Parts: sequence; structure tokens; C-alpha cells
Amino acid sequence: MGARYAFRFDQSACSGCKTCQAACKDRHGLPVGVLWRRVYEVAGGGWERVGEAWHSDAFAYHLSLACNHCAEPICAEVCPTGAIVRGDDGLVRIDRETCVGCRYCAWACPYGAPQFDERSGTMTKCDLCAADLAAGRPPACVSSCPMRALELVTIEDGADAAGAATFPLPDPALTSPGLVVVPHRDAPRAGPRTARVANREEVAP
Amino acid sequence: MTATHLGPSAHALPGERLVRVGCPAHNCGGRCLLVAHVKDGRIVRLEGDDRPDDTPADPQLRACTRGRAYLRRQYHPDRLLYPLRRVGPRGAGRWARISWDEALDLVAGEMRRVRETYGPGALFVPYGTGSYSQLNGSQVARRLMNLTGGCLGIWNSYSWAAINVATPTVYGTLQTGNQRQDWLNSRYILLWGWNPAEMRDGTNSDWFVKLARERGARTVCIDPRMSPSAVSLADEWIPIRPGTDAAMMTAMAHVMITEGLVDAGFVRTHCVGFDASQMPAGCDGEESYRDYVLGTRDGVPKTPEWAERITTVPRATIARIAREYATTKPAMLYQGYGMQRRAFGEQVVRAGCVLAALTGNVGIPGGWASGLANQPDGGCGWYVFPAGENPVKASIPVFLWAEAVLRGKGMGAEHGVQGAERLASDIKLIYAVATNCLVNQHANINRSVEILRDESKVEFLVVQDQFLTSTARYADVVLPACTQFETWGVEDGWKYGEEVLLMPKLVEPPGEAKSDYRIGAEIAERLGAGAAFTEGRDERGWVEWCLDEYRRTRFPDLPSLDAFEASNAGLHVKPVTRPAVAFADFRRDPEGHPLDTPSGRIEIFSKALRDLGRPDAIPAVPKYIEEWESPFGPEAARFPLQAIGHHTLHRVHSTHDNNDWLAEAFPQRAFLNPLDAAPRGIADGDAVKVWNDRGATVLPCRLTQRVMPGVVDIPEGAWWAPDAAGVDHGGNINVLTSERWTPLAFGTAQHTAMVQVERA
Ligand code: SF4
Ligand code: SF4
Ligand code: SF4
Repeated sequence: MGARYAFRFDQSACSGCKTCQAACKDRHGLPVGVLWRRVYEVAGGGWERVGEAWHSDAFAYHLSLACNHCAEPICAEVCPTGAIVRGDDGLVRIDRETCVGCRYCAWACPYGAPQFDERSGTMTKCDLCAADLAAGRPPACVSSCPMRALELVTIEDGADAAGAATFPLPDPALTSPGLVVVPHRDAPRAGPRTARVANREEVAP
Repeated sequence: MTATHLGPSAHALPGERLVRVGCPAHNCGGRCLLVAHVKDGRIVRLEGDDRPDDTPADPQLRACTRGRAYLRRQYHPDRLLYPLRRVGPRGAGRWARISWDEALDLVAGEMRRVRETYGPGALFVPYGTGSYSQLNGSQVARRLMNLTGGCLGIWNSYSWAAINVATPTVYGTLQTGNQRQDWLNSRYILLWGWNPAEMRDGTNSDWFVKLARERGARTVCIDPRMSPSAVSLADEWIPIRPGTDAAMMTAMAHVMITEGLVDAGFVRTHCVGFDASQMPAGCDGEESYRDYVLGTRDGVPKTPEWAERITTVPRATIARIAREYATTKPAMLYQGYGMQRRAFGEQVVRAGCVLAALTGNVGIPGGWASGLANQPDGGCGWYVFPAGENPVKASIPVFLWAEAVLRGKGMGAEHGVQGAERLASDIKLIYAVATNCLVNQHANINRSVEILRDESKVEFLVVQDQFLTSTARYADVVLPACTQFETWGVEDGWKYGEEVLLMPKLVEPPGEAKSDYRIGAEIAERLGAGAAFTEGRDERGWVEWCLDEYRRTRFPDLPSLDAFEASNAGLHVKPVTRPAVAFADFRRDPEGHPLDTPSGRIEIFSKALRDLGRPDAIPAVPKYIEEWESPFGPEAARFPLQAIGHHTLHRVHSTHDNNDWLAEAFPQRAFLNPLDAAPRGIADGDAVKVWNDRGATVLPCRLTQRVMPGVVDIPEGAWWAPDAAGVDHGGNINVLTSERWTPLAFGTAQHTAMVQVERA
């Protein structure tokens, strides 16, 4: 396989501003409810009163996520019609002609990438701004980020993907995602028992 | 892993025209570049700055989520298309469409009638920043007024009232900030209530903090709420009880004084009033700053223990931050603005400036004097379009417009009136352009609308806007204005910008909407001042005039408008390679370059303030003063929680509230700590009622550890949506806020409000 595209996401610098999300919606004309790129807020910790003082170990960080164009795309595996295909360019695409909108891919994808679009009655998702890529231009989300926290990079298969396991991301061994995460300083403290996605209503409409 | 180097991003699809354009300026805190794709008379896409290079000297002006989602506002089905006239009582929401001629005849006629009946001081153009592109916005209404006899003037702002007045009491100027490229020289940055990730405070301010961190600066954010800046820009977050920042600052001074961390040499040569040895002339024997901090006179040493009880910040943390800030050189204490929109908001401004002075961080690279921090090289021009001179000399603080409606006649200095002993009239006519400050954004909405409903007070209210805002609902006549994309405009960078952004007209306005400028010109015509108003120029002609002005003052290489437009660059930049440092001359030679203060020095003790004779509200040295509504007062028994309202990226104040992409991204919620929710039986997502004696609002809540216990956070700007009983269902915090103003600046103190929360 060799080199393939990946998003490099500097979580330590992400403010959760969702400019990437808006840029993606603008680029692809997406309606409310369809989020090819989503920004998760992870939060945890708590508060303790000691005398008059509040001691807090509260923490939060963000995760901006699209489709990771995985090397082993489980969405494609479960699709009963074969509508999802990983191309030679490493991009995982949904063929809207073949897709019947059964949503199996949405249930299977551990990243929440496939999104049902009522207008077409099919699944849709991030196409890595393929038309732009082909013309040598960066994806809309990447060039939009005011914090310069998103990059498009190329990685070798089997490259170290440690950050890509940052809570609440799944074990990258599952799908081999094209995702490199520079973890926020508080990410090591987060886990299923110590943190949660605090803005679920914003990312899973 | 390899970075991919892809080229510039913007490209036109077939049939599209690409135009680089300044983001539709509103008072967002940024000025960014967009690339508009225009096809068949419609904008179909908005990309961001696509210049290939992105350096600290000349960074890309990447638009925020609101800029990128602007088309959802631009093409919103609720855009105002025609002039409307109220039918039925004011505020009842019944309208009839009228022609422009009918509308403008009526408006001009009322302006003439009120002027003749009550005098020019009865006319009023409120503070308004809803449109902000020199040619579109409230400044054209001011020009109209000024050319037709004048109107009651305004001074100060909603955003920066206390900091605007308090900063010069210390430094004699508002130009206290180093250029941002200099932040990279800092070793330590206190983001004190400062949240550039959301309120921007100049496009790229958040990014410059990121760069400073990459260069090794340690950053600490002090805020009642773990803001996005606390998450993404700070190494540490310190929650602090709202309204008590001055107490923590004072205790930090205590640590510095008692541990010998004060830069004594700098204080001796550059300051007055720190201790008994350097009191201003005529103030010998009065309480110096040192006296206050050590409690020499009042018997209360302002120790970290003292401040812990007030602020809830652990005493050890206060002492540690004091030592870090005093010993890590150079260091910045950057003051946010929310904490000065509070009772006694002047004190926190002065206290922060004094800490900067005590640590000797004034006038050096990597340091920061605190205060308002306009740029030493002149900085942003704000208003360049010539509003002209107001023949009426009397002006009121912007925040006191309602008082001038209720009891304007006879109002004087005790209400902040400037330019006249007393006002000659109540406000009788309001021409509200690009403002939602009469209802949505002003304090105590229920009071404001009661005042507006009374047609014997404000006899005529005309509102000019793009949507039927909460303020427009109380209008007698509504005039439909266009967006920046539908007319010509120009701006320079917000606060920091070293750039001029062109806003060419891209598309026609919808329906019969017109530019604010055009409307002003047509009213002026009816009042016999048409030629004086336009001077023969259209909008584009005035943009040319503004470019001349920018060229004359700060941008000598600015191209002509024709060349600017032909280049399709959208912006003209003056790269900053050698960032200016405020007070560098004064630092070097305080005798040769004295400050513009009475003493010529940094006034830790202000004789001018002392001479006001109100030591309990306006002390001569900065003090912590308990707020008039607080967790410490009797009001806390019924209303135990503090309500604060942050700036959300859902909106720019009230602009964009109806933008569906932004509502999806940042739904309006009351943010509440689980420790406050549990005893009230409130679960995450429940609808809650937040209320006090002034009003009530019902909205869904989100439980979060990111807001400290005792605080409910309702992002400001949501559109007021009252039910029949007057309970708001839009999540508007201003049904809870108070119209009481700060003592010195007559500024808003809207963040000082105690409330109760219950399940709705
Ligand atoms: S635009 Fe950048 S900083 Fe903002 S949410 Fe997306 S990745 Fe984070
Ligand atoms: S690469 Fe393109 S399609 Fe994918 S998330 Fe970014 S903007 Fe959206
Ligand atoms: S910060 Fe202001 S100017 Fe910049 S994109 Fe956002 S809304 Fe537009």
C-alpha cells in the first residue's frame, strides 16, 4: 500500500471553534444535520470544596473528526450493496447510485463518519475534498482552521498511531485510520470512566 | 509522516467569479478575508484567506466559523425586504408594508417635527455595531443627524466602558499594548478573563498565543469558566468567582510586597502612589497602595487567605501565581473585558495595570502594561467615514439611553452627561441603525420594553436593520437594510490589524433593501441636506475617500480603489517585522517622555480620582469592592447563583442568532455545574428556568464541569422570545441583567446579576 493520506490533528491547539465544520458544510453544501466533519468536546474531572476554596481537576479538550479514509474500512465491509469502496488513491468513497441508505455503515464506523442525507436518501461522508486534492489544493477544513491545528499529511501504513487512540477514539487497529492526533495535555487522564463526550447533541444530530 | 504541501485553495468552478472580500464586518472582534464565489448574481460559497504564505509578520486572516457560515444569514428567508409601518400598539408585532417614499417621508417628517418641538437634543442615534463597514452602519445615521441640526451625542461603548475610562487614569492613554508579534518574546502570559478563542480580540490573537507557547511561554487562564481559550491556549486554568478578580490581584500584590518581589527600582522612577514616599503633591498622608494592600489603615491585610474567602481560589494558588508572574520576565497580564462589564468594573482594570507596573513589565519587549491595549503606532481606525461634527454638544454615556428617555431633561454630570450642564430635553425620537441595543442587548429587557411601549416618551422610533430583531419589534417604522455583501465597504483590522480590507459590492440586495448609506442620503435629501450628505459620492466614492484617509494616516502604500479592485487582493497589508512596544520611550527616559497623566508617571494613586470624593466607589488606589449584587449580600438568599454571559461563536452579539449552521454548532444552553444542578433535581438537557426579580428565561441546560459551582453561564445575544406572561424562551440573559451602571465610566455592569435556577 505504502504512503496514504491522513489528517494530522493537533488536539492541544484545537479551540473547538468549529470553523472546520462550517468550511466543510460550505464546501459541500451540506444541510443542517449532516456533518461530514464534527467537533467533539470531551470533558471530565470535578470539584471539591476545601474551606472557602474550590479545588478543581476539571478538564476538557476537543476532537475534530471527519472520515479517516481507513486502510481497513469497516464501513465498506458491512455495506450490503458494495456501495463503499476504497480506491487506489486510498480514498474511501460512497457511491450514491448504489447506496440504499440502510445505515449499516453508520452503525459500524467507530468514528461516526457516514451521515445520512435526507435529500438523496443515501449515506454521505467526507470525500477528502477529492476534487481539490486532485487539483493540488488542500481540503477546505484544513485550510480553514484559525489555530492551524489541522493538516493533511501522508503516512506509511503501520506508522505509529498512538495519538489516534485518544479517548473516545477506538483502537486504531480496528480500521487503521488515516488519523494522527497530537494529544491535548489532559487526554491521558480521559477514559470511559473519567470523561465523556459533553456535546453529544452537537455531533450526533 | 510527511506534510503535504498543497497550493492556494481558492478556485472558481465554471460560471463562478471569485472575489476576495473582507468578512461582512460586524462587531465580532475580527476582520478576516473571505473568497466569495459569485454565480448568477448569487454568492454560492465562502472560502477563507487563500494566500500561500502565513507568517507572524503577515499572517493569513482565517475567517471564523461565523464568517464561513455567513451565507446562511445572507440568504435567510426572514431577511427584511420592504419598509414596514406598525399597525396597532407599539410592540404588538402587526405590520403593514409601505413604500420607500411613504416611509422616508414619515421618518423625515418626524425628525423635523421632533426637532422643532423639542430641539435637536431630543433626537438620538443609539450605539450600534450590527453593521460595521464604514459605509454600512450607525455612523451614516450620525452623519445624517449632524448635517441636519445634530442630535444628543453618545460617549463610551457597551464593550469597553470601564476599561476605556480606567486605563487612562493609570497611564494617561489607551495605547498601552505592544503589537502582537511581540507576544512571542513573552515568557509568561496570564489570560485574565481573556478569551480570544471565542471573542477573537483581533483575528489571529489566539494563534499568536499559540506561537508564544511554542516559543516557551507558560500560560495561565483565570476565568470562572473553562473557556475555549483555557482549553486550547493555557497550561493551567484557575477558576475564580465572578466579580472578585480585583481581590486576587490585590492579594498577589500582597505576596509581591511581603516577599520582596516588587520591581522597586521601576516603581520608584516610573510610578506615583505606591507608598508614602511617593504620594502625589497634596496627598501626603493619604492611604497609599501599599497601605491598602498591607491593611495599614483599614486593619485588613489583603493576604491570599483574605482573597481565598472572596475569590474561592486556594491561597497557595494565589501566592504561586503572584510569584510566577513577578519572577518570570518578561510577562504579560492580559485583561479580558467581561470582568470590567461588572459593578465597580473600573477597579479590576486599575488593579491589573498596577500589577504590570509593580512587576516592571511596562515598556519592555515581551511585557504588557495591561489596560485597553490599543496599539502604540495608532492602531485600528475604528470609524473613518466622516460622521461630521455634532452641533449638539451634550452627550450621554451609551449605556444610559433609557435614563435619558425617562428623565433626560435636567440630567447632568451625575448621569455622566458631558458637553453641557444639563440636558435640554428627554429623548423623543430614536433612529436606531444596525443596533439591537434598545432591547436584546441592553440590560433588563422587561424594563426597556416598558419604556419603549410608552408612546408618550419615545414618540417615534425608526429601526433600520436586516431582520426584524427584538429592537425592530418596537419600531414605528422598520427600514430594510442590506448586508455588507450588497454594498461597498472598507475596514481596517480589528484593534490590532495592520491591514485594510476591501468589501466590494458582490450582489444586489433582496427585495427593496438598501444600504444604510443610501437610506441616510434619501432622508437627508428630504431634509434639504442631500448634497451636503453625499458630497456627490455614492458608496464606492466614499470607499475611495476612506482609502485616501487610510493612506494619509497609516498606509502610505495603499493602492487606489481602481487598482485595489482590479488586483482582487481583497486586502492591503503592512507586515510587522519590528513590533512596536508601548511606553518604550517612557521606560527609557521618564523625565524626557512623561506620561499624559497629571504626575507624568504611572498613577497607582490617582489624585484626580481622589478629588472626586467618592472613596467607597471610586477609590484613589485600586481596591476590591464587594459588588452590589453578590453571593455575599442578602440577595443571595433568594438568588444564590451568579449569572454570566460569555460571547459564543454561535453569534456576534445578537447577529447570527437565526443562522441554522451556527445554531447546530453551538445550541443555546444554560451551562451549569452538576453540583448546583443535583440539589435542584436538574439533569443534563433539562429545560430550566433562570430567574430573578427582573425576569425569567427558559432554556435547555447543559451540565458541565467547565463552569464553576455557584455560576450559571448563558451566552449573551440570543433573541428575546417572550411568551404571553413575559417569560423569555429564547435564552436571553438580559431579562436577568440590571441597568445599574459602573460608578466612574457609567458603563454597563450587565455581568453582575444574581439569579435562581429551577427545572422548568
Ligand atoms: S477549526 Fe481547528 S481549532 Fe477550530 S474546531 Fe476545527 S480543528 Fe479545532
Ligand atoms: S476533507 Fe473536505 S469533505 Fe472531508 S471533512 Fe474536510 S472539508 Fe469536509
Ligand atoms: S472573526 Fe469576524 S471578520 Fe473574521 S470571519 Fe469571524 S465574523 Fe468574519
